Amino acid sequence: MGSAGSDQGSDPESVPVAIKILIAGGFGAGKTTLVSSLTEIRPLQTEEDLSAPSAFVDLTDGVEEKTTTTVAMDFGRITIRNDLVVYLFGTPGQKRFWFMWDELAVGALGAVVLADTRRLADSFPSIDYFEQRGTPFVVAVNCFDTAQHYPTEIVRTALNLNLDVPVLLCDARQRASCRDALVTLVEHAIRLLSVSPGPVSFAR
Amino acid sequence: MSPAEDRWLDRDAGPIVRPYALIRGRTRPSGETFDLMTMVTAVPGAEDDTYELEPEHLTLLRLCRRPTPVADLAADLELPLGVVRILLSDVRERRLITVDHPVPKRLTDPQLLREVADGLRRL
Repeated sequence: MGSAGSDQGSDPESVPVAIKILIAGGFGAGKTTLVSSLTEIRPLQTEEDLSAPSAFVDLTDGVEEKTTTTVAMDFGRITIRNDLVVYLFGTPGQKRFWFMWDELAVGALGAVVLADTRRLADSFPSIDYFEQRGTPFVVAVNCFDTAQHYPTEIVRTALNLNLDVPVLLCDARQRASCRDALVTLVEHAIRLLSVSPGPVSFAR
Repeated sequence: MSPAEDRWLDRDAGPIVRPYALIRGRTRPSGETFDLMTMVTAVPGAEDDTYELEPEHLTLLRLCRRPTPVADLAADLELPLGVVRILLSDVRERRLITVDHPVPKRLTDPQLLREVADGLRRL
């Protein structure tokens, strides 16, 4: 997966297009599993500002200098062609990680929100965020063995999703299933372009 | 495990040189910030100009011999994004890299998206 190792020069014509896709959802919803089913996963370290509301979580008594802590997110790369690469970012779903969502969402193709039917509410913050921002997203219900399986329409109603938001069942351990979730997202993003060429927004 | 062996530190204990020592306590890069998807390319011969550069700068230049996004560089270097952005601003100041912003704020090219969908279907 190393990007080095080539002695090829820096021809400006060969700058590849990098596409960002976010994999969101609550803690334990299967984000890491999904990314690693599709590609080699590497941690991407980023810093959380402890002066933000999360400060109460990480007690820093006695280390007053410490104002940031390192957070790792899942990161993977899918090379489609030499000049077209898709990057997957597994974004921590908890609100305390929102400091990096804005940067992640800028220019992103869209997001796959993983939902666990046992803890459906954990996916609310991600869904709210992408709805408000107008980022195309699909909801992929990760079918855990121990969870009761529900039809997608029940999940759509429970999540109060707009009718045009695709909801699909998936198994984050299965490569084909994860691939289908990404393809559904891209097709959804294409459809939204034809509906509205400008910024897309969803009112709830 | 004997008590003496317990005292050996492994990789999990963290780097020997703290990242913020590497960047001498700076917390912000100079100049325009580097987006996660900003494409960075080392200029030819960039690695020959090693004066006052840290080994991490040189590794960075080696990793971006071909156009490489900032996120990839940070993951390959195993350093926090903020640290990598400052290292990048160091080498940008010395004109050792070129920087491209190929992706617009919003993807609006349906042909590009169709190519992405087709590529993903082949996975």
